[in-house]
Amino acid sequence: MVRVDGSGGSNSLIQARGLGKTYSRGGEQINVLQALNLDVEAGEFVAFMGPSGSGKTTLLNLLGGLDVPSAGSITVAGDEITHMSRSRLTQWRARHVGFIFQMYNLIPVLTAFQNVELPLLLTSLSKAQRRKHVETALGVVGLSDRIHHFPRQLSGGQEQRVTIARAIVSDPTFLLCDEPTGDLDRKSADEIMELILRLVKEYKKTVLMVTHDPVVAARADMTLHLEKGVLVEADRLQTVSSGGMR
Amino acid sequence: MKFLGLIRANLFRKKIRFILTIGSFAVALFLFGVLAVVRVAFSGGIDIAGADRLVVINRTSIIQPLPLAYADKIRRIPGVKEITYANWFGGVYQDERNFFPQFAMDVDNWRKVYPEFDIPEEQWQNYVKDRQGAIAGAATAKRFGWKVGDRIPIKGTFLGGVWEFNLDGIYHGTRQADDETQFWFQWKRYEEQVPAQYKGHVGWYTLKVEHPDDALRISKAIDTEFANSPFETHTDTEKQFAAGWVKQFGNIQFLIMAIGGVVFFTLLLVTGNTMAIAVRERTGELAVLKAVGYSDRFVLVFVLFESLLVALIGGALGLALAKLFTLGGDPTRGLLPFFFLPGKAILAGLGVTLAVGAASGIIPAVGAMRLRVVDALRRV
Repeated sequence: MVRVDGSGGSNSLIQARGLGKTYSRGGEQINVLQALNLDVEAGEFVAFMGPSGSGKTTLLNLLGGLDVPSAGSITVAGDEITHMSRSRLTQWRARHVGFIFQMYNLIPVLTAFQNVELPLLLTSLSKAQRRKHVETALGVVGLSDRIHHFPRQLSGGQEQRVTIARAIVSDPTFLLCDEPTGDLDRKSADEIMELILRLVKEYKKTVLMVTHDPVVAARADMTLHLEKGVLVEADRLQTVSSGGMR
Repeated sequence: MKFLGLIRANLFRKKIRFILTIGSFAVALFLFGVLAVVRVAFSGGIDIAGADRLVVINRTSIIQPLPLAYADKIRRIPGVKEITYANWFGGVYQDERNFFPQFAMDVDNWRKVYPEFDIPEEQWQNYVKDRQGAIAGAATAKRFGWKVGDRIPIKGTFLGGVWEFNLDGIYHGTRQADDETQFWFQWKRYEEQVPAQYKGHVGWYTLKVEHPDDALRISKAIDTEFANSPFETHTDTEKQFAAGWVKQFGNIQFLIMAIGGVVFFTLLLVTGNTMAIAVRERTGELAVLKAVGYSDRFVLVFVLFESLLVALIGGALGLALAKLFTLGGDPTRGLLPFFFLPGKAILAGLGVTLAVGAASGIIPAVGAMRLRVVDALRRV
């Protein structure tokens, strides 16, 4: 069960304690995240919402090992990642995190197959094994017939499916989705959400997703709100807004 | 090998830019090759001149003669091993544009002093026995389609008349830079045919010394021996002599090298800048590579390798074109006997190519290595 009060037990897959992130801009210190706690168990699907600049993406970056916190700690599957070196963190990301970006971020000169294969090139898998994995991943996202298409030959929804295939191909511990439907029309957005839900339900994937869209967030097991660097559960938001949490 | 697809896809990302970048490198390195050819053309004689050979000329100028009788006196100076002599003939073959150097030479000692010229023994013996004989360098024989046994008429310019020679042999240089344009004929024939005032005088002596370290002492001894005589001498090592000859063209060589050099480096700067821009455009993609687990070091090597590969393809193409350019031989028909692209210049060219590839790639590569994924993705 997702917790934000720091009371999660040792069975949490992702555990953040006292997490803080401070940026310095023009000599001014900006606290984006403040003493944030989070516990997510394996197989859970959590959505993060909040106004622009509330620190959603920053939180995702910290949990994904793309950025380092100013305070606190993050433990994923027993690994404390906060003090890992840059190179160790890179290796850790390759093994444990699958990223799904709003702008897809596919390499335009590579085919769908080659884009999905990218994370596997870092492994010791043989060419045949890589091919099998890539074909499976593209099959899961329903793009078996688009293997040799370049990103420019695909629709936005299809491009996002390739991104998802790239994120799951190495069977990571959890998936981080930053506005995965933010650049899509409603129909494509629904299809992508169906796919993410399938990954959670059928493949038991743990998914953390940032979104602005309440309809999309409603598909998650739980929605957490970031307000001024603090995480609150959706059902307690009203209380926070009316000042009850102060 | 498994990253080959990624490298290839990036290289051909923008085909026109790729072709233009390769083309720029090719043009720059072609120019580098041509400059190397020009340098060799002007100074090739200096590079190959023997350190153990001295050249003795008239102190006033090389066009003033020296007495033939000096030969024995020079030979007696301690440290002199061999001596030979020659004179410039200055004739033309069929047409005045057909320029090549002709020397009346001493058959007795010539080959002892110039062992680098290779002539089949049988041809040499025929030549020695044939007062009207001649030997031509392989380049000149090829240029005019001569073969052994041909009768060659040479029209004298300052001596006048048409001198006919039997081509008894063709020599080859044993080193790449050896001059294969010369035409030799016997000193005795020359002596028999020239007017009385020219008889008994040589154009220059070339001598071989026992030890190159003695060259300076022997030069001074020769010049002292003939000081205050009607024919004072000026003795130099063959290398200095060749360098003095080249000095006459010094400004032309400097101008060609300077202009070519400026163009070369401008091209390289432009090319380097293009390559740096090409990397900057891919900041977001490099960030994605890092996000999915590619290390900083991989990204550094990846960007640098691509830069080196582009440079190497273009550079190798340019140098190959420069080599092709020289295969046809001296385009001036004899003015530049040393007309080739030396192996050292090719290696230097490849070195320059890799250095520029590395220089233009290292800044974007280090930038890519240091790139923070979150910053880069925010810019996308």
